[in-house]
Amino acid sequence: MTGLPGFATDSGATDPGATPGGGAQPVGERRSALQRIPALLRWESLLLLILALLVVEGARLSKFFLTGSNFSNLVSAEMEVAIVALPMTLIIITGEIDLSVESMIGLSGAILGWLWSVGIPLQVGIPVVLVVGALGGLLNGLLVARVGVPSLVVTLGTLALFRGLANVVLGPNAISDFPPGFTAFGFDNIPGTPVPWTLIVFAVLGVVFWLVAHGTWIGRQVFAVGKNKDAARYAGIRVGRLKTALFLVSGLIAAFAGVILTARFSSARSDNGTGLTLVVVTIVLLGGVDINGGKGTIPGVIIAVFTLSVLQSSLRLAGVSSEYQAVAVGLLLIGSVTAPYLARQTRLLADRARRGRPPPAGSIAPGEVVG
Amino acid sequence: MTLLPAPGAASGEPGTESAPPRVELRGVSKRFGPTAALSDVSMDLRAGEIHALVGENGAGKSTLVKILAGVHVPDAGTILLDGTPTQITDPMSARAHRVAVVHQEPRLFPDLSVAENVFLASPPRGRLGAISWREMRRAAAALFAQLDVRLDVSAPVRGLSMADQQLIEIAKALSMDARVLILDEPTASLSAHEVERLFTIVRRTRDSGVAILFVSHRLDEVFALSDRATVFRDGRHVITAVTRDLTPSDLIRHMVGRAVTLFPKGQAAIGDVLLEVRGLTRAGEFRDVSFTVRAGEILGLSGLVGAGRTEIARVLFGIAQPTAGEICLDGRPVHFATPSTALGAGIAYVPEDRHQDGLIMDFSIADNVTLPILPRLFPRLFVRRSTERTLARSYTDQLRVRTTGVDQLVQALSGGNQQKVVIAKWLATRPRVLILDEPTRGVDIGAKVEVHRIMSDLAASGLGIILISSELPEILAMSDRILVLHEGRVTAEIARGDATEERIMFAATGQVEPPDAPLPTGLAFAQIASPPASSEASDVR
Ligand SMILES: Nc1ncnc2c1ncn2[C@@H]1O[C@H](COP(=O)(O)OP(=O)(O)OP(=O)(O)O)[C@@H](O)[C@H]1O
Ligand SMILES: [Mg+2]
Repeated sequence: MTGLPGFATDSGATDPGATPGGGAQPVGERRSALQRIPALLRWESLLLLILALLVVEGARLSKFFLTGSNFSNLVSAEMEVAIVALPMTLIIITGEIDLSVESMIGLSGAILGWLWSVGIPLQVGIPVVLVVGALGGLLNGLLVARVGVPSLVVTLGTLALFRGLANVVLGPNAISDFPPGFTAFGFDNIPGTPVPWTLIVFAVLGVVFWLVAHGTWIGRQVFAVGKNKDAARYAGIRVGRLKTALFLVSGLIAAFAGVILTARFSSARSDNGTGLTLVVVTIVLLGGVDINGGKGTIPGVIIAVFTLSVLQSSLRLAGVSSEYQAVAVGLLLIGSVTAPYLARQTRLLADRARRGRPPPAGSIAPGEVVG
Repeated sequence: MTLLPAPGAASGEPGTESAPPRVELRGVSKRFGPTAALSDVSMDLRAGEIHALVGENGAGKSTLVKILAGVHVPDAGTILLDGTPTQITDPMSARAHRVAVVHQEPRLFPDLSVAENVFLASPPRGRLGAISWREMRRAAAALFAQLDVRLDVSAPVRGLSMADQQLIEIAKALSMDARVLILDEPTASLSAHEVERLFTIVRRTRDSGVAILFVSHRLDEVFALSDRATVFRDGRHVITAVTRDLTPSDLIRHMVGRAVTLFPKGQAAIGDVLLEVRGLTRAGEFRDVSFTVRAGEILGLSGLVGAGRTEIARVLFGIAQPTAGEICLDGRPVHFATPSTALGAGIAYVPEDRHQDGLIMDFSIADNVTLPILPRLFPRLFVRRSTERTLARSYTDQLRVRTTGVDQLVQALSGGNQQKVVIAKWLATRPRVLILDEPTRGVDIGAKVEVHRIMSDLAASGLGIILISSELPEILAMSDRILVLHEGRVTAEIARGDATEERIMFAATGQVEPPDAPLPTGLAFAQIASPPASSEASDVR
């Protein structure tokens, strides 16, 4: 996932584009510290703005939009991908990716359903599937960190493997005789509020990931690995262990998302969760995380969760069919991946245009960074 | 000796006042946010001269170089080429004006071959306009032969040492038919031998009428090579003078604004053996290397580029694994599977390549300095910014890093100041054994004295230090003992009192001692040449 491992890991100054032949500029030298931090904030504020516009538009489209029940519907439909997006954010920041999460969601639901169907209580079944999730994640992590296979390949493999295991466990059956207390957790609100229980789960996990990513040295190490894994290793960071741990957490949380999904659907099927990886990655990238690693924030991803669910809900209210909603998700994914590149390209072009002309005297404000 | 413009310079384009200078800068200024990198600088470069540019770290030398290279556009001022006002808008237009630049940090494509990197912009073409790969390899090989460098031109650049990368950049510049050649600290990671070759070529280039700008912190090179010298201080032009009218102390006074006395290495009490290496081998890199480092001792590792010094350091720090041999710390065998184990055992390694291994360019100074010690500094996981910044500031003040503050991103620092941050980062780990790989590469005189003072103080406080340096005067001045390597083998171990440049160069080029060379005083040499191996090491405990 890392753009050019080795040399140009993240240092703009070694951007090979800076060679005379390339004609481009070392990026690192053109952005000052002052400029970069607001640039990050800008993305999140832009996202908030889009979210606000979507809410206004939704309210205009339908009087049901701003009701409590619509809120809890649109939110609870998104919570599985929302919690999976949190570890995915950290994994993508280190320059890796976990494509297997949707199959782990299916596998965990399948095992839970099967255990229930053979008479094992949920109090036992849930911990078991969480352990399975952690082990599956550990497998991903070890293959990536120890064996050194690219995570794209490893998790593409386990994407198939976990789904296959889910089929083995449950076959074509659907288990749906779960106790009402369990299924209520999937779609009920906290009594007297429009807040679904699962939103509380997301809120708690969101705060934990926020703190870990931006407040602790574990987060610092995650960013360091994503920006320059050689320098990170020389600084004594155990890059492999860190990545393994992240994949483990990702598997664990995906398994938990599988439990939630099973509860919300009141049904365990081996194909639960199919296609969700795409949504998770879309959310993460929409949240401003760089697919090449090293950049991104948890708050951005949290905003993206709500932006995506509001968008989908507005589309539904506007009568857009689910096929076209999928098209919208695809466009959004492409858009959020290409936006940073387009922005960079535009900046370069603007720059070139400006350089073509002599800088008019006094046209450059003091303190402005040019060139 | 070679200070006078050679006769060849007079042919066609004389470096006289009558013809307009090849390059002239008038009132050039450049700001980066609050930093004035260059303020109202005027200077000229004449055809057929080697013009040295010196100044402290952050004085604006590289900024000037980048302006001429088309990387930066000046905020104000004019550039004249051969008397004609010219806009150098981007690196391509610099090329079109036949301005060749070797930047301070090599910028190569790691996955392309050496030859491809050299001829990236203008590959030799055969008939039908197709790139002639054979011709490209031949021409690249010829360039390196000229530099007397053995490099496989069809191998990829990834993994090459700093020196090799630097030489590729130089070859790239030489391959252009340049009228202006700009060299920004080209010698910073080269050893004496390569420097000598480079100088021969640079002089020849000068004699063919090219205007050459040469940036260096090594004053001996400035005096050996340049015809004129210009000093910058804080982004301002201080003086331009004919080099032979200057003395080194003049130059330093102009650079620093005060006199600098070179730091005499202090006497440290040499204690017990801290680190012992026996028969250390890594296939293809070095063979059968044995030495000891005692508390309070500075062991210098000398040798030509490619002798295996960095490779030994990498094994000692757990980055690479040895194929044979043994490392003992405090007399106990140790095995470092990763840098973090080595770090935990109290070993620190200041790597040679600050861009690749030493720093995270878009982390702040403070974040870089604390990166290796975060778990130690914050056992409760949560990072306290104030603690980090105080700690980082104590080191950046001590090393006099020129910065707007420890929250500044390291990529906004000048090369020498980045190097100081790397040193700060590893000093902050409070190691017991400190390995320094070209620690003063690109560092100015004042800061170099400071680094040397710190090394000396650390040794006095009982650290064992391994110093790898291509700069012979530095090795001679700082080492208690010098280990010389040639092609991966130890060819000499020389005590401080017996070390001379000649002896080191002899061993470094793999020649046997000349029979008439003064033999080292028997006792001292015997003690050093055959370290009282395990018996003494076990005495320690
Ligand atoms: N891209 C940038 N953004 C912000 N400040 C910069 C940038 N590039 C250079 N500077 C600042 O401009 C000043 C001059 O830097 P420059 O690289 O020209 O110094 P130098 O003389 O080459 O130093 P050195 O000997 O360390 O290489 C320094 O204070 C540096 O921090
Ligand atoms: Mg410089």
